[in-house]
Amino acid sequence: MLKINNLHASIEDKAILKGINLEVKAGEVHAIMGPNGSGKSTLASVIAGKEEYEVTEGNILLEDEDIEELAAEERAHKGVFLSFQYPVEIPGVSVTNFMKTAINETRKAKGLEDMPAKDMLKMIRDKSELLEIDRKFLSRSLNEGFSGGEKKRNEIFQMAMLEPKLAILDETDSGLDIDALRIVANGVNKLKSKDNAVIVITHYQRLLDHIVPDFVHVLYNGKIVKSGGKELAHELEAKGYDWIKEEVNA
Amino acid sequence: MSLKEKLVSSFMAFEDTVDVHSSIHDIRTEAIKTFEVEGFPTKKLEDWKYTSLNSVLKQDYSVFPKNENALEFKDIKKYFIHEIDSYKIIFIDGKYSSHLSQTTHDGLDVCLMSAALTKPKYKVIIDNYFNKIASKDGLSSLNTAFSQEGAYINIPKHKVVDKPIQIIHFSTGNEAAVMLQPRNLIIVNENAHVQIIERHQSLTDNPVLTNSVTEIFTNKRAIVDYYKIQNDKQSASLIDNTYVNQKQESLAKVHTFSFGGKLTRNNLNFYQNGERIDSTMKGITIIGDKQHVDHNTLVHHIEPNCESHQDYKGIFDDNATGVFNGKVVVEKLAQKTNAFQANNNILMSDKASINTKPQLEIFADDVKCSHGCTIGQLDESAMFYLRSRGIPEKEARALLMFAFSNNVMDSVKIPELKNRITSIIAKKLGVNLGFDL
Repeated sequence: MLKINNLHASIEDKAILKGINLEVKAGEVHAIMGPNGSGKSTLASVIAGKEEYEVTEGNILLEDEDIEELAAEERAHKGVFLSFQYPVEIPGVSVTNFMKTAINETRKAKGLEDMPAKDMLKMIRDKSELLEIDRKFLSRSLNEGFSGGEKKRNEIFQMAMLEPKLAILDETDSGLDIDALRIVANGVNKLKSKDNAVIVITHYQRLLDHIVPDFVHVLYNGKIVKSGGKELAHELEAKGYDWIKEEVNA
Repeated sequence: MSLKEKLVSSFMAFEDTVDVHSSIHDIRTEAIKTFEVEGFPTKKLEDWKYTSLNSVLKQDYSVFPKNENALEFKDIKKYFIHEIDSYKIIFIDGKYSSHLSQTTHDGLDVCLMSAALTKPKYKVIIDNYFNKIASKDGLSSLNTAFSQEGAYINIPKHKVVDKPIQIIHFSTGNEAAVMLQPRNLIIVNENAHVQIIERHQSLTDNPVLTNSVTEIFTNKRAIVDYYKIQNDKQSASLIDNTYVNQKQESLAKVHTFSFGGKLTRNNLNFYQNGERIDSTMKGITIIGDKQHVDHNTLVHHIEPNCESHQDYKGIFDDNATGVFNGKVVVEKLAQKTNAFQANNNILMSDKASINTKPQLEIFADDVKCSHGCTIGQLDESAMFYLRSRGIPEKEARALLMFAFSNNVMDSVKIPELKNRITSIIAKKLGVNLGFDL
């Protein structure tokens, strides 16, 4: 599904990623953890195609295709989805209309007709139930005045609507109370299949109690310095990140 | 011969051809004298520092309105908000077009300035209202001197007008270049409500210069909702001089949508003569190429307990230039005034520019006045967010522009007008979003 080879990326000549290697196969869940400022969100943005970052070395392959030259929307059309840590507010554009535009633009890119309105409504209804989203919520302006929990739930709702191959959840647990966390995790688990993959980026272990990873990677100073199974997350939760830093610096 | 000389020398001949109340002859004669002294404004005037009329004034305009050119409704339907029933006052090259119009005298007057200026039954009203609030500057005086045709609207007490009134000025361009001087008088009496949509539309690539004056009187508790659609050809320029005189507890709102034209200057002036008055001015400007739009606003707070709200959004691409100059005067008597002003701008290109200037003159001590202006670019993080959902760059940019102007769109009270403005913007941005905002 995703293969990242020796990826270096910088912003305004400041190197952030310094040689990332990562392989994510279909059906897998990977967690990327690490202290603040280690480059976790940068990695997510670079995979999704944020233009401010410059890839200086290495490459990103999605289903064996180098996606470096592709714009963010083209990556989305190929099945990459990024759940944002800080979703943007778009006044005047309802959640429903936003999803219609996103889905139909993706279909257009694939040479398909617009989704019939009836199918769209049914899909919106089904997916909003999955995330326990109230119908009224869907006619509100996208993210405007949403609480932290509503924003994150809305992100996963969008993921459910767009049915990506590779979903990257960037700090989706931040700002969630325990009920919202359960709903969001439950949604992600239901969307998981043998044909798609999930990368969970998080600072804390608590989300990983609900979305159980197959692999856990620790990112520090722009590199993956340790990988392991889900028990690594528990170890990090118990011991913090200092021992990792010491190991690396030693 | 300069345009000024041409206008001044044409005046006598023009004056002979019009048949108006004798008092109007005196006003016109006085006005041409004022214009002769003041002339056209130059960049030396503080209010015209960022807008030069030079390139517009050098054309050899025909200054006499010619006979009506016939237009078929089907050919110009798109310039009407045709989805709704409305009164219509339509002019072609400065002349009234009866077959395109739908006027009335049944319970309210929706008719012509030429009728009001000539018929004896209107004389008292004309004596009381005509040219009473228009400024005595060069441009408005020029319009007064040549005033002959336009819309005359008089809404009696307690009348809630059942449908909007559309005023459209077409120019067909049968002349090489034409200058138009429409003059509108709108009187909304006590407790009456009216919605008005105004548009100037050139149908030719020949230069058109419109110097329009509109006087609006909103009496006690009257409500006026006025929409200006400025989406003209690159060869057309508009100087819109609008004066609103408000009495106590009245509510006047003017929305100005500026999407096209070579040069557009809006002089929009509100005078609050009474307590608990609300004056609202909102605008969306989206221009590119070498277009220029200048909003020059004035709210004169004269009495206590009044409010004014200004909210102008501007998006400038290519070599487009914009000006916002918002003047708020709060007289010593006008305690407890609430005056708000916001002007937010997005520059889409390195060569586009906006000059924005709040100008507050406050002589009362117990008032709330706020102003804020911003100039920025489209938010890159927001662009990335939309594009990461599969929305291409152009559509993403359009969505953000809609979002940026949303709170102005939100206060448009005629849904069909709102849809039309949305589709004008979408067309301008070259996008089809597949839904109405």
